[in-house]
Amino acid sequence: MNLAVRDVRYNIGRFLLTAVGLGLLLMIVMGMGGIYAGIVADATLLVDQVESDLWIVQRDTRGPFAELSRLPSSVEDRARAVPGVADARRFVTHTIQRNHRGKPLRMTIVGLAWPGDRGAWLPITAGRSLAQGHYEIVADQTLGLAVGDRLKLGKDEYRVVGIVNNMLSSGGDGIAFMTVSDAQAVQFDAVGEATRLERAARRNRAGQDDLGLVQPGLLERASRPASAIPALGPPMVSAVLVTLKPGVDADEVRATMEGWADATVYTSDEQRELLLRGPVDRARRQIGLFRVLLVAISAIIMSLILYTMTLDKLHDIALLKLMGARDRMILGLVMQEAFLLGAIAYVLAYFIGERLFPFFPRRVIVTGDMLIWLAIAVAVICIIGSSLGIWKAMRIQPNEVLS
Amino acid sequence: MTAHSPTSLTSPPAIETVGLTKVYGSGNTEVVALRDVSMTIERGEVVALLGPSGSGKSTLLSAIGLINPPTRGEIRIDGQVVMNGSRALVDVQRFRREKLGFVFQKSNLIPFLTALENVLVALAIAGREGRSARRRAMDLLASLGIADRARNLPSALSGGQQQRVAIARALANRPSLLLADEPTAALDSKLGRQVMELFRDVGHENRAGVLVVTHDQRALDVFDRSLRLEDGVLSEHAGSGATTLTSTHST
Repeated sequence: MNLAVRDVRYNIGRFLLTAVGLGLLLMIVMGMGGIYAGIVADATLLVDQVESDLWIVQRDTRGPFAELSRLPSSVEDRARAVPGVADARRFVTHTIQRNHRGKPLRMTIVGLAWPGDRGAWLPITAGRSLAQGHYEIVADQTLGLAVGDRLKLGKDEYRVVGIVNNMLSSGGDGIAFMTVSDAQAVQFDAVGEATRLERAARRNRAGQDDLGLVQPGLLERASRPASAIPALGPPMVSAVLVTLKPGVDADEVRATMEGWADATVYTSDEQRELLLRGPVDRARRQIGLFRVLLVAISAIIMSLILYTMTLDKLHDIALLKLMGARDRMILGLVMQEAFLLGAIAYVLAYFIGERLFPFFPRRVIVTGDMLIWLAIAVAVICIIGSSLGIWKAMRIQPNEVLS
Repeated sequence: MTAHSPTSLTSPPAIETVGLTKVYGSGNTEVVALRDVSMTIERGEVVALLGPSGSGKSTLLSAIGLINPPTRGEIRIDGQVVMNGSRALVDVQRFRREKLGFVFQKSNLIPFLTALENVLVALAIAGREGRSARRRAMDLLASLGIADRARNLPSALSGGQQQRVAIARALANRPSLLLADEPTAALDSKLGRQVMELFRDVGHENRAGVLVVTHDQRALDVFDRSLRLEDGVLSEHAGSGATTLTSTHST
């Protein structure tokens, strides 16, 4: 005869309510782990997806995902000239926030090296990848944009041509892919007045210089757009991605590039590792601590619940002992209820989480390993939680029935 | 009273105590609850135990029930010495589930079990489960006139019905000795007498020794004999018909 099931059946309302409460608590524990997994996946997504062998970034920086990295775009041409390099492409990334349909829209812009990279590698769920060098965007679905939507960024209007799934930055913002030149146009956009003032200041500086005085043509050029002045060079990029030829020793290529005074080179694995040890590491430790606290709180709450449930039955337990019940019957009553409570709470946590996590602002990834870890944690909590109740139940004397 | 003859000649007594003494505390705070109590209850014999509050009735019952060991003396159940002083000579838990049945002032039914399950749990404790156990439990409930309430929880039963379920539970494992502590205190006199008669009948029919602690002297005619405990000293109650009691104490 299973006494635990019968006791639960008798107190079904209270038991289920307790299980729901515990389930919600476990769901938060599960969610914390899922948020961490989501942060790691988001942070490493681009590094994993762009499939480059080497990342050339600004000298002594950790790359565009960890800090500001600005590199002359000529590095792309330099990299191509290094023996063993199959391809090099510019990479631009920055985060912007604009108003769209009266609401703030925050996005991370990633520039694709048109025409070599049109975003064919992107996990497109609707529409297509880039088909022209300007004014097209492939947007992550979290941005809430649809194929055909038009977006005003800087002076230009961009059309959404494709939607991708789960392409987020390490900060959790949805990514919008466009060509590198468009990304730079958005990044370095300035209002007309500021551009005119900058050109006037340039002309004024040239006018005060001997060179400007003896070469009037220079003064005229100083008033033109920056892109028309060879000395100013093209806008900076965040990094240059290098793909090596098959069988080439990456260290050898890297050693050559590290000789450049303005660049630092990382392999993709190092770039990934830098990401995880940098901005993600703090979040990992914070969430880890929070999870430990939540598990401890769950254990305490569960202990109290199980202890109270046992206290409610002390008279019945004393009676069972008086009738000669073996200790294992009493132990079974308390333990089975603990495991039943834990199991129901766990299942509830899973199903509530499955329906709730998609609405979280950050991606929550619940993996199989995580579920196993949580199941083990719940089992341990059940054992620890019931130990106080068992201790009380084992101490109760049969003569308590007579009192 | 139904026709009945105790079976002392063919089988050992249900219970036998020799020089049972129970002392609480020591020195100035010493209280002697039982003084050299010797008694015998045969199988099938139904005995009432009377006495004022604090006379030691519950102490005697808990000592015989192997709940609260005596300080000195010997307890024999079914002819086997089970306690010598405060030392248990047997597995007390096993003895309680196999040889003893308890009924209390309150029915003490387990609230989350139905009437049938309350009886079945006693059988389960003794390792009896399955169809035969179920049949035994239903037979007991039927013999006590409450088979139709088998699936009811205790909260849906009247006081008398609850007490009947408690008696059925106590009898489930065919105990040698049935101990009842004021089982009719919570019942009206009519129902109380019915319960006492029930004890007498089940004691006789199941050949179990029955010891019932009671304050109610109006139902004494139901019992085979009555004992009186006063200040820890056991004696034959005046007017009690039978003489099978062996009282060794003299004051």
